[in-house]
Amino acid sequence: MSSRLTQRFEACAREGRAALVTFVTAGDPDHDTSLALLKALPAAGSDVIEFGVPFTDPMADGPAIQAAGLRALKNGQTLVKTLAMVRAFRETDTTTPVVLMGYYNPVYIYGVERFLVDAKAAGVDGLVVVDLPPEEDNELCLPALAAGLAFIRLATPTTDDKRLPTVLKNTAGFVYYVSIAGITGAGSADAGAVAQAVTRIKAHTPLPVAVGFGVKTPAQAAAIAANADGVVVGSALIDALRGTLDAEEKATPATIPAVTRLVSALAEAVRTARPAAAE
Amino acid sequence: MNAPNSFRTGPDESGHFGMFGGRFVAETLMPLILDLEKAYQDAKADPAYKAEMDAGLKHYVGRPSPLYFAERLTEHLGGAKIYFKREELNHTGSHKVNNVLGQILLARRMGKPRIIAETGAGQHGVATATLCARYGLKCVVYMGALDVSRQAPNVFRMKMLGAEVVPVQAGAKTLKDAMNEALRDWVTNVHDTFYCIGTVAGPHPYPAMVRDFQSIIGHETRAQMLEQEGRLPDSLIACIGGGSNAMGLFHPFLDDPHVKIWGVEAAGHGIPSGQHAASLTGGRPGVLHGNRTYLLMDDDGQIAEAHSISAGLDYPGIGPEHSWLHDTGRASYISATDEEALAAFQLVSRLEGIIPALEPAHALAKVIDLAPTLPKDHLMVVNLSGRGDKDIPQVADILGTRI
Repeated sequence: MSSRLTQRFEACAREGRAALVTFVTAGDPDHDTSLALLKALPAAGSDVIEFGVPFTDPMADGPAIQAAGLRALKNGQTLVKTLAMVRAFRETDTTTPVVLMGYYNPVYIYGVERFLVDAKAAGVDGLVVVDLPPEEDNELCLPALAAGLAFIRLATPTTDDKRLPTVLKNTAGFVYYVSIAGITGAGSADAGAVAQAVTRIKAHTPLPVAVGFGVKTPAQAAAIAANADGVVVGSALIDALRGTLDAEEKATPATIPAVTRLVSALAEAVRTARPAAAE
Repeated sequence: MNAPNSFRTGPDESGHFGMFGGRFVAETLMPLILDLEKAYQDAKADPAYKAEMDAGLKHYVGRPSPLYFAERLTEHLGGAKIYFKREELNHTGSHKVNNVLGQILLARRMGKPRIIAETGAGQHGVATATLCARYGLKCVVYMGALDVSRQAPNVFRMKMLGAEVVPVQAGAKTLKDAMNEALRDWVTNVHDTFYCIGTVAGPHPYPAMVRDFQSIIGHETRAQMLEQEGRLPDSLIACIGGGSNAMGLFHPFLDDPHVKIWGVEAAGHGIPSGQHAASLTGGRPGVLHGNRTYLLMDDDGQIAEAHSISAGLDYPGIGPEHSWLHDTGRASYISATDEEALAAFQLVSRLEGIIPALEPAHALAKVIDLAPTLPKDHLMVVNLSGRGDKDIPQVADILGTRI
C-alpha cells in the first residue's frame, strides 16, 4: 500500500538525505501551464509532489497559496480536472509519488466513495486534508486507508506528547510536521526547535517525518533537511511562479523555468545538508 | 427523518446534531478546541461563573429585556397578536452581548489575554470590543472591507472602544472572508488568543456554547409570556444569518410541539436571482468553518458569495443546529428579500417608534406576511435582535436621502 511513497522515502534515506517535497496548486495559473509544470517537477529534483486542490476558503493558507487557488478557480479548475492532470502525469511518470492537498468540502461534494475510486485510478498516492483532524477520521481517513491511499496527517507545535498517538494512529505514508503555529508561507521555523520536534515525533512512529510551513530558501531547506526525512516547500514556489505572470496574471515563457530553477536549488540543498555519512 | 424524543439534548459527544456540526479544523487548533470544551464544561458547573454571568447580564447588559406588545403593528396587520422581544435595548444595541459576556468570562478563566472576533454588521464586533474594554483585554476584530464601508458607525464605535479593526480584502469582502482571516489569526496566535465567535456556528463546542449563552432570550420570553398572557406563545419568528438570535429564542421552546417556529433567511435580490444568503432554502450540506451545515456552493464544492442588504446576514452558511432543525422539520425556514426588509424597516419605525436593525427587519417582513393570516388570539413573538441606528447611513443612501 502507498508503495510509491514508501519506496521514495526509503530511496532518499539510502542516499543519506531528506526528500524534497514540492507543493504547487493544480491549475495555477491555468490548466496547461500547471500540467507542464507538474511534469517538469521530477526532473528538476522534486522527490514527492504535493498537488494543491484549489478551494475558495483555504483557512490554513497564507496570501500566496490563497491567491494561487483563486487564479486556478478563475480559470475553471475543478477537482475533476485535477484528477485528470494526475492521470496525464502518470502516463509518463510511474514512480514519483503524488499527494493531493486541500480542504474537505470539494471532496465531500464530489462524493467520498467515488473520489477514492477515481483518485486511486488516476495514480494519486496520498491525501493531506487540512480540516480533517483525527476526531473526524470516519469521514475520509478510514475510507481512504481502506481504499489503499495514504492519509497523511499534520502534526503541529500544539500537538503535545499526550495527543501525538491520536494524531499518528491512522497516519500513513509520512507525517507532515507543520513547523510553525500559523498559516502557510508565514514566518520561518527555528531549525533547532524543528529538529527537537522531529526527534519527538520519531520516537512515536516509524514513518518518515517531513517538515513544512515557513520553509522558503535553499539554506532553510538545508537546515531542516539535516534532521528531517523530508522538506516541504510550497509558498516560495508559488511566489516564484507569480513573479513571472503578466499584468493579467497569465503565464509567460519564464513561468515554468522560474519554478524549476528554485526546485533545483532546493534539491541541491537537501543533498548537501548532511555531512557524508560513514566515510 | 424520525422525530427524536427531545430536540434539546444535542449535540452528541462529538459535537454533532444529527449529521451536522463536528470539528473540521486544522490540527493546530484541535488541542485548544478540546481545552475550550473542557473549560466550558467546568465553568457551567461552577456557581462562581454563573454568579458572574448573572451579575453582568443584569447590571452591565441591562437584562431582562422587555417583552413588548406591539399594539399598533398588531392593529395595522389585523391578525396575530405581535410581541417584540426587545434585544435591541441591551447594552451595545443587540443580542450579541449575551454571548460575548459568556465567552469573555471564559477567556479570563482560561488566561487568554488577547481576543479576536469576526463581524459582519459590526454588532458582534462592537459587543466584543465593549467587553474587552470592560475587562482590559486586547481586542482585534476582522471585518470584510465592504462591511467596513457600509457599517461605518460601528467601525468607529469599535475603534473608540480601543479595538483594532482589520478590514479583510479577500473574496467578497464580507463576513465569510472575515471569518477565514480570524481563523488564520487564531492558528497563528493560538498560545495567547481566544476566538470569540459571534454565532451558533464553527467547530464544536461553539454552536452549543453560543446557543446556551443566547438561550436567555427564550427563557425570559417564556416567563414573560406566561406572566403577561398566562400561556406560551403560539409562534416564534427570528432572522437568521448564522442564527444565534434565532437559536437563543427557539431553543427553550423546541420541546413544546404546539409552538410554531419560523426562521427567516435573507433572500437578497430573490432566491431565483442566485444573489441571496439563504443557505437552507438555496444551499446543500457541506463543510466550512469547522462544521458541516447547509452552505451555498457550486457543483465543485466551491463556496459561493452570499448577498444581502444586511451585512449581518450576508453569510453563505448557517449554524449546524438550524440545519438539523430544518431536516427534522421542527422549525420552518422561510426568507425575505432586501426590498421586503427595507419596507418592514420603515413600517415598524413609523408604527412603533422603534427603528429595527436591517437584520430583524427580515423577520418583521415575514410577520407582515404571516400575521394577517392568523387568528387574533394567536400570540406571535418576533425577536427584535438589534436596533437600526447603525443602518441609518446605508438606508438613507438607498432611499436617496443625503444626511
